[in-house]
Amino acid sequence: MSSDWPLWEVFIRVRGGLSHRHAGSVHAPDGEMAMRHARDTYTRRMEGVSLWVIQSNDIIASDPADSSALFEPAQDKIYRHPTFYALPTEVEHM
Amino acid sequence: MERALYDYLLRRGDDSLILSQRLSEWCGHAPTIEVDLSLANLGLDLLGQATLFLDYAASMNADVHNADALAFHRDAAEFRNCLLVEQPNGDFAQTIVRQFLYSTWQKMLFDRLAFSKDPTVAAIAAKAVKEISYHADLSADWMIRLGGGTDESNRRLKAGVEWMWRLVPELLVADEIDNELITKDIAPDPASFETDFMTKIAEVFAEAGLDVSPLPRNFASGRRGYHSEHLGHLLCTMQYLPRAYPDAQW
Repeated sequence: MSSDWPLWEVFIRVRGGLSHRHAGSVHAPDGEMAMRHARDTYTRRMEGVSLWVIQSNDIIASDPADSSALFEPAQDKIYRHPTFYALPTEVEHM
Repeated sequence: MERALYDYLLRRGDDSLILSQRLSEWCGHAPTIEVDLSLANLGLDLLGQATLFLDYAASMNADVHNADALAFHRDAAEFRNCLLVEQPNGDFAQTIVRQFLYSTWQKMLFDRLAFSKDPTVAAIAAKAVKEISYHADLSADWMIRLGGGTDESNRRLKAGVEWMWRLVPELLVADEIDNELITKDIAPDPASFETDFMTKIAEVFAEAGLDVSPLPRNFASGRRGYHSEHLGHLLCTMQYLPRAYPDAQW
């Protein structure tokens, strides 16, 4: 039965103010049931306050074969990191 | 000891305990891993309710130590659950019918029990009712899906209703224990929500493509310890370990 059901990706917001993070996936026949399965599978131990589910097929993922073109060019652009500023000591949480 | 309240706590605790044990039988056997977890979650919610009710009952009775003593050291005739919850799982559809009928009734009972004059009962009910809302929604959803699914799922759902329907009237009767607590505003009168209950059943049955048969006359008295043959077998499994190895610890 499970193999007939499409796969859904589950995202959980752990606390108010934080963003939803990917938690895993579930099988379900539709969105409503995917939400129930996500709730029962991933929030049993107070893991979150909000859930998103999206059918895995609807996610456009980058192709691992393209990763050198997509990601490697960023490797030697250290000037893009804001690490060259002298921060006043009063500034916290940076 | 207030005998009526003590018995009432056993009825509430035993319903949850026995249904929980039934649901746990699905563990590792459900149609999918997601459904497996879903049924186990319902079972764990019910086990929590049972622990609270039976601990409260145990606190009123000097002869029993705690909820475990009541759960594991009583025989079938001393259990006060309704016959519906002890019925075998059958197939998934039969399990869902049992859950839908019980959770729908339990939700309406606990909505009212949350306003009990007994503060402990009110607190347990208020906590449990959030869990039960989910049980009622989940099982209603599955009723509709199975009813409108395939010919096979529809046939199995109908067979499940046929098995369970005769056990519904027991939920709706009040005996002298209920009546004593109803008078004291500790427990609600099941008659006060019978119409709402039947309306909800009719609504979900209609969506699931099921006919609502008239309720038969009640023949069951699980509340007095007269059980079907299924309860003894369930208790054998549930009570075996603590009876064979008293004081066993994890």
